[in-house]
Amino acid sequence: MTIEARFFLDRGDFTLDVDLVIPGQGVTALFGRSGSGKTTILRCLAGLERIREGRLRFHGETWQEGRRWMPVHKRPLGYVFQEASLFPHLKVRDNLLYGFKRLRPDRRRLALNDISALLGLADLLDRYPDALSGGQRQRVAIGRALLTSPQLLLMDEPMASLDVTSKGEILPYLERLRDELSIPVVYVSHAIEEVARLADHMVLLEAGRVLAQGPLQTLLTRTDLPLAHSEQASAIIEGTVAAHHVSDHLTELAFAGGTLLISHQARAVGTPLRARILARDVSVALTRPDGSSVLNALEVRVSDISDDPQPGYVILTLDTGGQPLLARVSLRSCRQLALAKGQTVWAMVKGVAVA
Amino acid sequence: MFGISDNDLTALWITLKLAFISTSILMVLCAPLAWWLAHTRWRGKVMIEALVAMPLVLPPTVMGFYLLILLGPRGAVGGFLEDIGVGHLAFTFTGLVIGSMIYSLPFVVQPLQNAFAATGGRVLEAAATLRASPLDRFFTVVLPLARRGILTAAVLSFAHTLGEFGVILMIGGNIPGQTQVASIAIYDHVEAMDYASAHALSLLLVCLAFILLMSVYALNRRFKVVGVVS
Repeated sequence: MTIEARFFLDRGDFTLDVDLVIPGQGVTALFGRSGSGKTTILRCLAGLERIREGRLRFHGETWQEGRRWMPVHKRPLGYVFQEASLFPHLKVRDNLLYGFKRLRPDRRRLALNDISALLGLADLLDRYPDALSGGQRQRVAIGRALLTSPQLLLMDEPMASLDVTSKGEILPYLERLRDELSIPVVYVSHAIEEVARLADHMVLLEAGRVLAQGPLQTLLTRTDLPLAHSEQASAIIEGTVAAHHVSDHLTELAFAGGTLLISHQARAVGTPLRARILARDVSVALTRPDGSSVLNALEVRVSDISDDPQPGYVILTLDTGGQPLLARVSLRSCRQLALAKGQTVWAMVKGVAVA
Repeated sequence: MFGISDNDLTALWITLKLAFISTSILMVLCAPLAWWLAHTRWRGKVMIEALVAMPLVLPPTVMGFYLLILLGPRGAVGGFLEDIGVGHLAFTFTGLVIGSMIYSLPFVVQPLQNAFAATGGRVLEAAATLRASPLDRFFTVVLPLARRGILTAAVLSFAHTLGEFGVILMIGGNIPGQTQVASIAIYDHVEAMDYASAHALSLLLVCLAFILLMSVYALNRRFKVVGVVS
């Protein structure tokens, strides 16, 4: 159950040369700067772009190889564009049903009611697209794609054209989508926060080449990759909701390496939850820090120390119950504390974002 | 009726028939051309566009003259038709239709081309990812979105043919009951100092043109409800 793709394109000013293995489940983020080839890859996967030298197999079925080519409208996929691209002459209902109607009845696994409930579209069905806000339009576009019961969902920066409010409105729906529908998603983005919240797997692209591909947690914290050295360098801790401290407005997140206190989350005890911790929000101490206002201190093992491109800093990779954590500390502190690989220290976490 | 003779009514009928037939054929023939012009990346496209726009600039008499030569018994087309026994086209209704079509060509191609250019791209790609085949996409997305352009093209062509004079006079002659259209009938009345008849027929044409254009603008307003967003 995987997607294997190989695309080669030489356009003079831009060369694309990628060999991808995308898992058949979960969210895979194609991440990179603009011009790195993310959108081109997505369009090749969909068949909107036809690269002569390409090979694409989806769950063992060949979509492209040599002269073999399956046209876009025959591929069982859903595509969400950067702009919603709704049909302006059709009401929301008919936009949603456009692909659904063209599907053989026995292939329809999702119905209009399911989708409009999942995406909160019930009140919009009789409106025309130009009477919708940007966020609403994008939700309709997502619903329209989902109603073709796709076996693969491709999303091209679906939030890039939205303002912050609309983004905040869409993200929870995308998370529900990930959690409730078992459709593999390929998600193009250049915003690391989005990727950290949604993706399980990541393909890191640079100038038309694959820099690395693998599980999100690993790629975020690999110090041989640029991500661990960026201003937004962070690690993801996956745990479950263990308890709520209502009077303090805190929720306890338990994972193999200990527990983290995070701002209150309205989630049931036992729900899986992801926390994102920025490297610059983690400091280390040799002894258990008592008398500090920092809520979260974890006993961790230093597994790697690497130089940061910014002079005077190092990046520590800390192992916490099998999950890596990054800490950005000054070179001077590193020397004064005589930090070394394998040493056990305390990580003080100043901020945790729910991802 | 209102001082309009049978002859004038016939001329009016020929005018309407001519406008209807040439518009219909033009719409069908120009749709693929306009689609191609809207989407091709071929550099020679400007040449075709210039050719299509020529009738806007040329005096109608020039076009009529060339057409007369071409379609007449000694012309390339007319001569060939003579040879195969169909007969040449000068001073015939068919000749009129061909003349009107060429005369109105830019009025059909340009609105269609603009409309098709505006409906290409993203929305069509979206339709493709929603399982619509190319033909399906044309009928369910392109045509509905281009309907203002299509309507504009049809009406402009129709109205333009109503007002045609020069080309028709050259290619059609002025044969009452066959190739005499309203505009030429009016000219004849004026020449004969029969101002009353000229007035009646002119007024009728003015009203016809006004009603036609007004209904277009009214329809276009109604279509505006759904703006085209790429």
